[in-house]
Order: sequence, then structure tokens, then C-alpha cells
Amino acid sequence: MGVDIKVERLNAWFGKNQALHEITMDILPNHATAIIGPSGCGKSTFVRCLNRMHETHPDARAEGRVRVSDMDVYGDGVAPVDVRRRIGMVFQKPNPFPSMSIYDNVSAGLRLNGFRNRKKLDVIVEKSLRSAALWDEVKDDLKKKSGASLSGGQQQRLCIARALAVEPDVLLMDEPASALDPISTSKIEDLIFELKANYTVVIVTHNMQQAARVAEFTAFFLLGKLIEFDKTEKIFTTPADKRTEDYITGRFG
Amino acid sequence: MTRTRFHQGLEELKQRLLIMGGLAEQAVDRAVQAYVTRDLPMCHKVLEDEKTINASEREIDEIAVDLLAMQQPMAVDLRFLFSVIKINADLERVGDQAVNIAERVIDMSKFAVAELPVDIARMASIASGMVHQSLEAFIEEDADLAQQVLERDDIVDAINRDAFESLTQVMQSDSSSTRQALDALIVARNLERVADHATNIAEDVIFWVRGADVRHHGVS
Repeated sequence: MGVDIKVERLNAWFGKNQALHEITMDILPNHATAIIGPSGCGKSTFVRCLNRMHETHPDARAEGRVRVSDMDVYGDGVAPVDVRRRIGMVFQKPNPFPSMSIYDNVSAGLRLNGFRNRKKLDVIVEKSLRSAALWDEVKDDLKKKSGASLSGGQQQRLCIARALAVEPDVLLMDEPASALDPISTSKIEDLIFELKANYTVVIVTHNMQQAARVAEFTAFFLLGKLIEFDKTEKIFTTPADKRTEDYITGRFG
Repeated sequence: MTRTRFHQGLEELKQRLLIMGGLAEQAVDRAVQAYVTRDLPMCHKVLEDEKTINASEREIDEIAVDLLAMQQPMAVDLRFLFSVIKINADLERVGDQAVNIAERVIDMSKFAVAELPVDIARMASIASGMVHQSLEAFIEEDADLAQQVLERDDIVDAINRDAFESLTQVMQSDSSSTRQALDALIVARNLERVADHATNIAEDVIFWVRGADVRHHGVS
């Protein structure tokens, strides 16, 4: 099941440049929350802080508190690898392991963690591919075809299946459909809608219509600050802050 | 400023709606003038002008739907387009009320002039003034001015109620004036509807400018 995420006074830097300033927000479980804002506003940095991907950049650091259910993401003794297992991530460009089969792509995370039970792996691979709405398209080629042989939209759903295989609580998506055609984009958006039943979804998007279509809540970031965070319909019809209104109506950005 | 073409489109829509508003307002003024002076050529002018208003309504709807489909407006722009579509329909209905009044005047002209206890000119001045003021609120993006329009609707409603009572009495007491009184009653009713449309327009201006729904006294 999805879990709640509580962010308190989160700050992040790249070297001396502060990329996030005092972000505080509560993300509800089993909902999709969209993060919008112009390029460089810190939205990708924000989601990367949620699963400690941010610190993989040289010179990058973060301060503040992120709680995912009962886990203190930046607590002492918490291993980043455990955080990332519970908080999966899907990136803008589909990045399947190119030489691995579809099956191996999905099961890679589990096998890396020493999971060897073949029968259980079969079950998890099927379940993950079904959850990612890809099973029917690839079930006959699981071990014959490589991840790279799939279309862009299928590759992205494969990456989603790979992220789901380790049974995370949260799924972070950084522009998951921006490199896809409209049909593949619709499939990903439908998928996000279904995934909310079992996961908490946080999606970074440049496409405001996409945010409006898939997310119940939307956060607007500008210059590393959280300007407004509210129900999506409120943000897109009557935003409270002039800067939000100016951005979503295309008056700047 | 980005999305220049889109914002030019919104500006064009605003201009067209104002022209349409001017036509609707003029139609009511002409119809009432025709009532006061029993001016039949003026009545026919009102009937003729309705075609222009109807054509204008269709054009505005087309532009608005195109902008919705092509530009996916958000926030204040979305509220603006939503309001324009509704105001457009209300203005077209104002034009219809002017036609209804002109038709009553044509009917009344077949009978001798009767002295009737209803001040149509005063009622028209308030109702038409409300249309004017609601359009001014639209031009100025002034929700406070629009609020004043809402408050004046009660005055027109009261005059209409009084007209109903007094004209009913005329019908009961003087059968030779029944037809004239009935026509005047319908004209009063038409003007009351004009004021209602002005109220709707004012509510839409408030929704556009403030994002607040004040219809039906804000009851959801």
C-alpha cells in the first residue's frame, strides 16, 4: 500500500548553489501528486531528495527531514539503498538494461538483492508487468527479447515494472512521458491512475495538462521554493498565488 | 510574456463581446423607446438587429471553443473563457427580450393608448443600466462594480411585483384596457428578465476576476 510522505524544511545544494529552500509539504498516500514549475525550479531535485538520489551528484547535499511512513529518510544509520528500495523511481528517458531480456530487466533488482527463488521470481515478474500494463504485449517474448528491442513507450512501462518488482511504497516519476508519443503517454497516464490504488505516486512534469489529468494534488515550485500546494483543480482554476497563475497561464516560464 | 497569440485571441474575444453587449443594450433601449412613443419603425429595427446579435453570438462561441481546444487555457484564462461563453448567451437572451418587447409594442399599437399604472421607462432605465454596468465591470475587471449590479436586481424585481398587482387590477376594473395591460405586464416581465441576465453577467465577471462563485447567494 502507498504511504504518506512528510517533508519538513528540506534544503538542497549543488556545491554553493542552493537548489531547494525550506520545502515543507505533506504528500498523501495512494494519491498522485504532481510537481510543476519552470526549468531549473528544483522540481527534479526535490523528488531526487525524497529517495536520496540527490546525493549521488558530486558536491550535492541535502538538509532537513523527509519521513516516508515510519522511515526517516535522512536518519542516522538509514542506508540509501534501503530508501531506494521503498521509493522507486522512473526517469524521463526509458533506461532498460539494453542487453538483458525483458524478464531479467524486471527481476534485476530482486536478483541483485540475492533473491533466487525462480518460481517466486516468475510470479513477481508477471505481477509487475501486469501492473505496468505491459504483460499482454510481452508475455510470449519474456526471455527472447531484450529490453532495448521494445518501443519507447514499452521501454518506459518496462522501467515501471522494474521499479514495481521490488515492491516499493512510493513511485517517483521524473517526466515519465515527455519522450513518448501521445498514445504511449496516454498509456502511462492511465497506468498512473491505476497505480495509485497501491502506491503513492509523485510525478514531475512539464506538461500542465498531464498534471491536471493524473494528479489529485499539484505543487508549484519556483526558484527552489514551494510557492503553492493544493488540490489540482484549485491550482488550475483559482490558484491563490499570482506567480502560480502567471506560470500556468503562460505569462512567464 | 509568452503565448502571445493566445492572449491576442483572448483580447479579440473581449472586444467582440463588448460590441455584442453594445448591440444588446441598444436593442433594449430602442424597444423601450418604441414602447414609450409607440414607434413601429423602431420596433422593426429591433427585430432586424436581432439577426446581427445572433450572428455575433455564434462567432463568439466559435472563437471561444477554438481557444479552449487549441490553447488549453488555465486559471484566470480558463475562468475568462468560461465567463465569456456564459455572458455571450446572456447577451443573446437580452436581445431576445428586446424583440419580445418590440412585438408587444406592435400588438399594443393596434389598440387605443391606455393610461397604465406602470413606469416602464423607469424600470427599463434601471434594467438597461444594469446591463451597461455589468459590461463596464467586465471591461474594467471590476468585481466591486459587478457586486453593485447584483444589489440593484431587487429593485427591478420589486417594480415587477408592483406592476403585476396594479396591472391585474386594471384588467379587473377596466375590460377595455385588458389587452394593453396584458402587453404592459409582459413588457415588465421582459425587463425583469433583462435585469436577471445583467445579474448573471455580473456574477460571471465576479467569477472571472475573483474566482468566487456568487450565484444563488453563494449557496452550493
